[in-house]
Amino acid sequence: MKACKPARGIATRAAQLLAVISGWALSGLALAAEWNLRPAGSKIATEIHDLHEYVMILCTVIFVGVFSFMFWSVYAHRKSKGHKAAQFHENTTIEILWTVIPAIILVIIALPATRVVIAQKDTSNPDLTIKVTGYQWKWGYDYVKGEGEGISFISTLATPREQIENRAPKGEHYLLEVDNELVVPVGKKVRILTTAADVIHSWWMPSFGAKQDAIPGFIRDMHFRAEQTGTFRSQCVELCGKEHGFMPIVVKVVTQDEYGKWVGDKMKLIAAAADDPNKQYALDELRTRGEQVYAKNCVACHQATGKGMPPAFPPLDGAKIVLGPKDEQIRIVLNGRPKTAMAAFGGQLNDVELAALVTFTRNNWSNKTGEAIQPAEVKALRK
Amino acid sequence: MSAVIDTHGHAHDHHGGYGGVMRWITTTNHKDIGTLYLWFSFIMFMVGGVMALAIRLELFSPGIQFFNPDLFNQFTTMHGLIMVFGAIMPAFVGFANWQIPMMIGAPDMAFARLNNWSFWLLPFAASLLVISFFTPGGAPGVGWTLYAPLTVQMGVGMDLTIFAVHLLGMSSILGSINIITTILNMRAPGMNLMRMPLFCWTWLITAYLLVAAMPVLAGAVTMSLTDRHFGTSFFNAAGGGDPVLYQHIFWFFGHPEVYIIALPAFGVVSQVIPAFSRKPLFGYASMVYATSAIAILSFIVWAHHMYTVGMPVQGQLFFMYATTLIAIPTGVKVFNWVATMWQGSLTFETPMLFAIGFLFLFTLGGFTGLVLSLVPIDIQLHDTYYVVAHFHYVMVAGALFAAFAGIYFWLPKWTGRMYDETLGKWHFWLTMIFFNITFFVQHFLGLAGMPRRIPDYPLMFESWNKVSSIGAFGFGLAQLLFLYVVLKAIRSGAKAPERPWEGADSLEWTHLPTPVPYHTFETPPVLK
Ligand code: HEC
Ligand SMILES: [Cu+2]
Repeated sequence: MKACKPARGIATRAAQLLAVISGWALSGLALAAEWNLRPAGSKIATEIHDLHEYVMILCTVIFVGVFSFMFWSVYAHRKSKGHKAAQFHENTTIEILWTVIPAIILVIIALPATRVVIAQKDTSNPDLTIKVTGYQWKWGYDYVKGEGEGISFISTLATPREQIENRAPKGEHYLLEVDNELVVPVGKKVRILTTAADVIHSWWMPSFGAKQDAIPGFIRDMHFRAEQTGTFRSQCVELCGKEHGFMPIVVKVVTQDEYGKWVGDKMKLIAAAADDPNKQYALDELRTRGEQVYAKNCVACHQATGKGMPPAFPPLDGAKIVLGPKDEQIRIVLNGRPKTAMAAFGGQLNDVELAALVTFTRNNWSNKTGEAIQPAEVKALRK
Repeated sequence: MSAVIDTHGHAHDHHGGYGGVMRWITTTNHKDIGTLYLWFSFIMFMVGGVMALAIRLELFSPGIQFFNPDLFNQFTTMHGLIMVFGAIMPAFVGFANWQIPMMIGAPDMAFARLNNWSFWLLPFAASLLVISFFTPGGAPGVGWTLYAPLTVQMGVGMDLTIFAVHLLGMSSILGSINIITTILNMRAPGMNLMRMPLFCWTWLITAYLLVAAMPVLAGAVTMSLTDRHFGTSFFNAAGGGDPVLYQHIFWFFGHPEVYIIALPAFGVVSQVIPAFSRKPLFGYASMVYATSAIAILSFIVWAHHMYTVGMPVQGQLFFMYATTLIAIPTGVKVFNWVATMWQGSLTFETPMLFAIGFLFLFTLGGFTGLVLSLVPIDIQLHDTYYVVAHFHYVMVAGALFAAFAGIYFWLPKWTGRMYDETLGKWHFWLTMIFFNITFFVQHFLGLAGMPRRIPDYPLMFESWNKVSSIGAFGFGLAQLLFLYVVLKAIRSGAKAPERPWEGADSLEWTHLPTPVPYHTFETPPVLK
């Protein structure tokens, strides 16, 4: 009994502390808006919501049922109330019952789930087919079949670094905004093919109940049919390295008319922006263009300062390779370095972009080679 | 700690040449080795816990505050590996070492020197994991599942981790062989299998799972190692391999692993609940069958961790049905525990509180498991915080709570001293409350769409992350109280009575004095 007094002092203080903390926690609860799955934007997503609700209700009923027995015995069958222990330790009837009844419940859960699985897997007869490629750390979209065939672009995080590093206030769609959204028409069946260029990523749009891993070297598929127009946001959901948290997915669902217009504009833009790989470019022209390409494709690892993040990501500023023979450097950027995070950019960037990029790295920071690399030189080194 | 050593050391200096540190390095006594395992796992629990707090600190607010994303990934990876392989698994091997020989009336484990070796592999493995942080490129940031081909991009820290996994696997396999042999060959006359305490049964089955599953994990990581360094392409499509193959192999180990962690916890709880209900375990035989059924099923459900890799619909349906089946034997266990309490004569000392906490929260984790077993729902929730919440309910509220129950239950037997009941109860309630503050809200985060393993998040997830982080720090602090309670009991706890728990009736309580002497059952007990 001696130990009791100080313990009680600690007890009251700890209880006060607990009250304060739970107060905090409760205010957090009040503020938090998110309790459940996101609003459904497709039939499949609605079915998933319904299934989830149905299972949750069943689970809650069973949980409350089982634990009311437990809490009843905690309340009533206490030694302190003088309850004497019974000595029974088996009962075949009840044991058979509580094996068979759960089995029946499982069947009534599995039936509706099976229906949804089969619907989810049916990717036949799409109106539009889009290939999604996961890169470290951005998404590539290629419209491969249907209206807009031939459109192809890369979609990268648009949130500025200053916001991530807390040097600027965070915007409404912090981490969920991209430079190029995926645009699809409402009410049309869209088949998504996924693949990846480096490691496994996973493309997810919760509002459509669509998630599929993007696996390097393989193509997998899934589908969705958006039921309303609007902008839907999500993120890569398979750990894919350092910037895994920074490769958002944004889908803009538009009316058929708007979609047709978007496709037209996009096609015109592509035609206009087509780089001429046969032209001779001036050093300054290449540098300016290269800076943009660098900012989109290289800063995540080699940093805007060109200092990299050694030892994982080497600097380009003052690097031997960058100051050495140009062919060697062009080859690295074209083909990457196998088994490292340095990817092959040959497939993602065209000759002009690559020439501009290499020119930029060779004439920026403390690097001053004065060389202007022409697209033809890149082309010559492509295998 | 030292009090235990001293009591035993003085009372029995006839048996060995060494004192001090060498005693622990050379010991072949199952009780010493049990103690080593338990302290080792507690230290790892602290190391892994600090990483968890680092993660929760970074996630307190959106934006990058304390750790760059690379380091953050290293923390999530090492937190997982250390908690699973360094904390939870060794803790239950510690219980097995202390308890199995005493519960079946054997003088020690079957292979005493092997036992020493199984333990002493662990500190080397743990050091490799910790050292990897200080190699160029740091520890691997690939998640505890070590998925290919991301592993190929990592630095030498990855190789150290692979070797660590080899050592851990070796340790587990040797330990399991020892446990199987001990239980099958060294039972006292009259202790037939169906009379063994359930704890021994769950460990027997767990040991078989370990022997079957650990080599598979070793194979998977070795294939990653040769992909990294020796030009093979097991997991590289460009060379004819398949990244998804890694996942199949990993989860063929990984799902049994879940039960490797859970079954010994079931065993502990099956000792504690009858003791404090003063009533025999309900449905002993069905408990044994249910445990075996869970073990067998655990080998045919692995792909429910992979519903989003793009399996054919038949595959998805098969794994969904097989997975839901596990709910049946698991349900039987829960019903049996509740039926054991029913009409008992209950008291609520700390071990019982933790056992009830286990029962309540583990069942909750079981239900979210059922939710996740359904393919369409899992496709929404896979790789989100819902999964993080789910497995912390079964790993922490399941395994860890059971381990706490076991420590409070057997500490008087092992040390001859009582812990402070008031403080023990404080430890329980703080752990219980903060656990739920930390993890319950993560269900909401997952439902709302927050991916796991991200160092920064969109603004809509902020409030729940704050709540969760506050809970995590409370939870961490509560574990320091646990350390204090245990140390206080060992140093200055009141002397334990001969039968500390009137309802406990396995051999260590009925046939051995308190505290247990260094050597027990040198002549087998006589069983009626
Ligand atoms: C995903 C991270 C990542 C991105 C993005 C990236 N690199 Fe790299 N880069 C690396 C790594 C890692 C290495 C070192 C590879 C090695 O170990 O040899 C590297 C090496 C290089 C080298 C050779 C440097 C040397 O000293 O060996 C050059 C040149 C280079 N990168 C250019 C670029 C350019 C240009 C871009 C943008 C198109 C880019 N990298 C984008 C990760 C990246
Ligand atoms: Cu990704």
